[in-house]
Amino acid sequence: MIRVSVQREAFDIAAEIGALEASGVGALATFTGIVRGGDGVTAIELEHYPGMTEASLSDICEAAQERWALTGCTIIHRVGRLDVGAPIVLVVTAAPHRAAALEACAFLIDRLKTDAPFWKREYRGDTALWVEQKASDVERGQDWDG
Amino acid sequence: MKLVYFARVREALGCDGEDVDFPAAVQSVGDALDWLVTLSPRHADAFADRSKLRFALDQRMVKSDALVAGASEFAIFPPVTGG
Repeated sequence: MIRVSVQREAFDIAAEIGALEASGVGALATFTGIVRGGDGVTAIELEHYPGMTEASLSDICEAAQERWALTGCTIIHRVGRLDVGAPIVLVVTAAPHRAAALEACAFLIDRLKTDAPFWKREYRGDTALWVEQKASDVERGQDWDG
Repeated sequence: MKLVYFARVREALGCDGEDVDFPAAVQSVGDALDWLVTLSPRHADAFADRSKLRFALDQRMVKSDALVAGASEFAIFPPVTGG
């Protein structure tokens, strides 16, 4: 079971976990990304490539399902303007055993960062700056190829 | 071909896309950039640093040596920064 969603509205973590729990598995892992403050950042704004974004998230989920014995995975990514402290991305994986759930969850968020067409802009008051891709994120994404 | 631009590239060009007819010499994504930079100073500026550009043909990520023939949508954008 794969579920991907790109949406402006907040997600309900408990409901998303519950949906995968219902498949009767032994392990569920979740990752939630939160808009980070510090360095004067007050909000961020996310742009994406409609159509390609959803397809790339589905591809990432399918790659995880080929690699691990998952009974389901969910990726929800928000777009638009989000204040510091707001949840931005949710990954949930379900598997018979914990190792598959935990590893697949890490794989999904690492690959999302390198493969899914989202672009983030940071606001400091009225000033907006595009965020640069981090070399460390690229390396983490590539590590899964090894 | 339909070109679509996102994020910093969209802002540098002042539009989110345009329709272009590539000359016959344009075969790869890299060839397309060589031609696009000749269109205007804005294009030259937006596509100056290719290390900061990524590409998709019909919504699939490709490298600059990919062939554009047969694609209907060609996207040019900066490295992605989601998550």
